[in-house]
Amino acid sequence: MSTPRTPSAPERSAAPGRRFVHRPAVDGGRRRVVVGPERANVVVRQRTAAVVLAAVGAVAVLGLLALALGDYPLSPSQVVAVLTGRTDGFERVVVVEWRLPRALAAAVFGAALAVAGGVFQTLTRNPLASPDIVGLANGSFTGMLVALLFLGGGWTLLTAGSLAGGLAAAVAIYLLAYRGGIKGFRFIVVGIGVSAMLASVNTWLILRADVETALFASAWGAGTLNNVTAQTAYPAAAAAAVLMAVLPLAAPALRQMDLGDDMAQATGVRVGRARTAAIAVAVALVSVVTAVAGPIAFVSLAAPQIARRIAGAPGIPLVATAAFGAGLLLASDLIAQHVVPLTIPVGVVTVVFGGGYLVWLLIHEARKGR
Amino acid sequence: MRARAPVWVVGGLLALAAAVLLSLLVGANPQPPSAVLDALSGGGDSEARFVVWEQRVPRTAAGLAVGAALGTAGALIQAFTRNPLADPGILGVNSGAAFAVAIGIAFLGVTTPAGYVWLACAGALVLTVVVYAVGAAGGPAAGPVRLTVTGVALGAVFSGLTTGLMLTRPAAFDRMRGWNAGSLLERGSDVLLPVLPLLAVGLVLAAAVAPGLNAIALGTDVARAQGVHVGRVRTAVLAAVTLLAGGATAVAGPIAFVGLMVPHVVRWTVGPDQRRILLGTLIASPVLVLLSDVLGRVAVLPSEMPVGVVTAFVGAPVLIALVRRPKASGL
Repeated sequence: MSTPRTPSAPERSAAPGRRFVHRPAVDGGRRRVVVGPERANVVVRQRTAAVVLAAVGAVAVLGLLALALGDYPLSPSQVVAVLTGRTDGFERVVVVEWRLPRALAAAVFGAALAVAGGVFQTLTRNPLASPDIVGLANGSFTGMLVALLFLGGGWTLLTAGSLAGGLAAAVAIYLLAYRGGIKGFRFIVVGIGVSAMLASVNTWLILRADVETALFASAWGAGTLNNVTAQTAYPAAAAAAVLMAVLPLAAPALRQMDLGDDMAQATGVRVGRARTAAIAVAVALVSVVTAVAGPIAFVSLAAPQIARRIAGAPGIPLVATAAFGAGLLLASDLIAQHVVPLTIPVGVVTVVFGGGYLVWLLIHEARKGR
Repeated sequence: MRARAPVWVVGGLLALAAAVLLSLLVGANPQPPSAVLDALSGGGDSEARFVVWEQRVPRTAAGLAVGAALGTAGALIQAFTRNPLADPGILGVNSGAAFAVAIGIAFLGVTTPAGYVWLACAGALVLTVVVYAVGAAGGPAAGPVRLTVTGVALGAVFSGLTTGLMLTRPAAFDRMRGWNAGSLLERGSDVLLPVLPLLAVGLVLAAAVAPGLNAIALGTDVARAQGVHVGRVRTAVLAAVTLLAGGATAVAGPIAFVGLMVPHVVRWTVGPDQRRILLGTLIASPVLVLLSDVLGRVAVLPSEMPVGVVTAFVGAPVLIALVRRPKASGL
């Protein structure tokens, strides 16, 4: 990692200048810990590390709950017994075959969407930027609608349609924005244009369909885990995990790019190449998730903002973002399944509770700021 | 005016006149141009008079008002947040209006555009006030970013509630998907007239703050040094955006894209002066809305494509072609 190792003792005495700190390089007064062996260590801000640990703990608890709750309720100790291989039989079937695919999908998909959002917000330095800008959500919804309305449906076809639609949208945007190179703002404008056209197509298709089909399509369009099975969840989760593991190769560059392209270039980052790689990874992450679960809204937008505000970080902390995304989607799916009396798509819960939480954070932040 | 009107103003006004004429001449119920002109001047047979005065004129007026309001609101909010991705819906206008309309459809038995308009207006105004209260709670230092994030978050909460409500009530869903597409169909004077005062106040405010926005674009310190009352300008901008976007959405439902993209296209043509951008947007946005509406009337005969669906198809190719120009400047 490129962050210089900094002795932490003298910094403790410095007054924390919260509001004015924007760059890690002048991160005066923040406690940091050095993680890892000599020579290969990473400097981590203590607060970020604590936040990540807490979030991972929360994800574990939520995951345990997701495996325990349902029509056939189990106690947490029973779940742990199954997971450690001490119980067999029906309980094992319930946990491993019925509930694990969905719980795992929720956690990994949440992390994947959040990381993709974090990458986009870092690259564009814009809190409104999310992978939806490149037309992924609308494109996969179009693909799914076409598969449903014109090709007859069936889960395999819907998954294939949504994957194809999302990627086709991304490729179309790339090609339209390419003109002897890719420029950030041209990419965004073309993305918005194509996205808007696809959104119109979707509105029109839903408007023309009969009510029942339109309802089904809209539920999928909100993002749902109701249709996740082991056959779809495990391959998708594995792909997402691999993609997230690849991302840190670009992460040191990402951190510098948060300071702006010029600054990054001056510190030796090959901006163009790093950006293309990071965008490709983010797009792939979202496509994988959307193909299986539909365009789950808002995780990619909210998780980075929540993580940044709780960690009090200058940029977007990607590891914390992943943990918050996983927790957000797991908790939302628990609410969608067990708290709300009717079956509603998880995307609806994500939006309501993720948004509500973000609003609460903002209010809280304002109080503290006074 | 000191000098004569620049070329782009004249060209824009000509385009606007052409769009209005097209909107009056073309429709699903074809009338020869002579019959339309006769009806406009008070003559003609009764059917032509009905088509022109009861259907096309109100619709054209609604298109003009909605287009002008949405475009101006978009230009204002982009200048205010200094965020090129900001659209008028960012302060929660669309989601507030949609939520109120959904409540009306699901629980109050409201079924006509004339009924939706009050609900939508109230919903839009209430939610923007809440967004502003939360977003501005951090004090003057908080700035537009905080407001943007607040608007997005609260907007998401209410659009989620709307979706949840609709997905569990098929009958309401059926009506709501029509409102959601954004349409000028059946928007007679009973829908437009109550909203016109709001739009008028919004436009006056917009004209009043334009010079202040230019100063703020150079930074708040510079603006203060020039004697601009930054806080007052910001409040006026937010009030204008709320009235314009809220009123337009109340009339036609959410029409995306106009407020987001017309200001960019205009800026690339007329330069960074906010006064020029606002004037250009005011002229160009109704052109887009009217042309889209005309296309929507005849594209899928015998039924009709809502204007909200068509705007992106008319506007996006123009936008993409413009941004691919070698000289295209940044956002």
